[in-house]
Amino acid sequence: MRLAPSLALAAALSALFAGSAVAQESDADKDWSKVVIGTEGAYPPFNFLDAAGELKGFDVDIAKALCAQMKVECTFVTQDWDGMIPALQNGNFDAIVASMSITPEREEQIAFTSKYYQTPPAVAVPKDSEITEATDAALSGKAVGAQVSTTHAQAAAALFPDADIRQYPTAEEYKLDIENGRLDAVVDDVVVLDEWLKSDAGACCKLLSTLPADPAIYGKGIGIGLRKGDDKLKKMLDDAIVAIREDGTYDKIQKTYFDFDVYGETPAAQ
Amino acid sequence: MSGNGPSLAAPAPPPQKPKIAGMIAIGVWIAFAIAFVIYFAKAFDTTLIARFGWSYLSGLWVTVSLVAVSFVLGALVSLPVALGRMSANPIAGGSAFAFVYFFRGTPLIAQIFLVYYGFGQFHDFFEAIGMWWFFREAWYCGLLSLALNTAAYQAEILRGAIESVPKGQWEGGRSLGLPGSVIFFKVVLPQAMIVALRPYANEIILMIKASAIVAIITVYDLFGETRQAYSRTYDFQTYVWAALLYLALVEALRHATNWAERRLTVHLKR
Repeated sequence: MRLAPSLALAAALSALFAGSAVAQESDADKDWSKVVIGTEGAYPPFNFLDAAGELKGFDVDIAKALCAQMKVECTFVTQDWDGMIPALQNGNFDAIVASMSITPEREEQIAFTSKYYQTPPAVAVPKDSEITEATDAALSGKAVGAQVSTTHAQAAAALFPDADIRQYPTAEEYKLDIENGRLDAVVDDVVVLDEWLKSDAGACCKLLSTLPADPAIYGKGIGIGLRKGDDKLKKMLDDAIVAIREDGTYDKIQKTYFDFDVYGETPAAQ
Repeated sequence: MSGNGPSLAAPAPPPQKPKIAGMIAIGVWIAFAIAFVIYFAKAFDTTLIARFGWSYLSGLWVTVSLVAVSFVLGALVSLPVALGRMSANPIAGGSAFAFVYFFRGTPLIAQIFLVYYGFGQFHDFFEAIGMWWFFREAWYCGLLSLALNTAAYQAEILRGAIESVPKGQWEGGRSLGLPGSVIFFKVVLPQAMIVALRPYANEIILMIKASAIVAIITVYDLFGETRQAYSRTYDFQTYVWAALLYLALVEALRHATNWAERRLTVHLKR
């Protein structure tokens, strides 16, 4: 029967597809002399493209310092926020240095280094706003903006269940929209909001208050995302984070961006 | 009304023996189908349905209502535009041409950004003329962009269909002393609709898929809800669900079109 060969081919191909689930490979035999780092490039002051199109920011400088410490050659690529984890898993880059919180949901997919900073979330409102406190009652029925797929969007939904939470592709768009008067409040990292409010673009708005960082949502601070199985790279980065904190490089970098300590509490030894 | 109906099907060609290339092609498709079923059976997770089922349904409803309303509004706008395109008057013809030229020639995503973020910059002006309630809402902005965009395409479909009706139909109507509007609405338009039906169905299908763009202006349509679900689970089956729901929409539409064609062409059956 003529159909038999095509069915055999079909069976062979389907076996190939079904078996192609991503296997967790160990990185024990990689030398990691070159590391590709993925970041977003739209989240000032942590990572952003300056007027010349160069990647700048706290995340970028920390990554460069870590690479210098590990004596590896690093290159940077930019990637939209909500495709960050799949791009890492597909091997487009080896490490995410993009202010990503170490959350339980993400830890099911990827591995993280220990944290390299931890700052609380906050709420900003227009200057003439009648909202005086960041509570669900005060924000009930109000339009609250946040970036899509972020811990801040999750926290906003959890803390203000009666608010109308709107999610934007990047931080740039919610900033535009609160300026345009479509939003009554926005939720993001306090440092990100502060940087924006100090700039001309943020003249519309003011900081209302910081929010409690629920560990169930925010996890253990901001870490570097890695593929599961890349244990060698994780060890290298963990050691480098400790080293740059000890030798003063970390403090030097954070002083160029912030006038306070963004590292937060020292985590308990694991 | 004879002579311009769809030509009857040619006699069926004699049955051919299946060829090897065809067998391979079918084999590949069968393989994809089998691999997909295997993948889906493996990945299927009922807890995800419990978690995101309702948001998918609400997203589906947003997509369906957005496409339905904007298609009807676009149809209303397209009628004068189509008449303008056929008009000998240079002002009517020129403005209709410019409308079609702009909305067909620029990407829908640019149009939506322009309406939502661009018009948002002029919120003081819109507030002054009492239109801000409209432009404040992302849903209305999406609706407006989709309606104007589809109006341009529909105008061309309509124009082509009307022009396909033979001149003799107009002349026959005039010789009976019928007024122009009666000839247009009672004689020409019904015949044009038979020609336009398939292109219209095509246009709705394209709109169903193009409407996914509204997710970037914070409208939670089917695709927006899918992105939410994906960002919480990083599980690709969330996108597979969305694909299946879009497929179901298109399939339902296909059946509706077939039904409508049978109704419209009932007088042509012999």
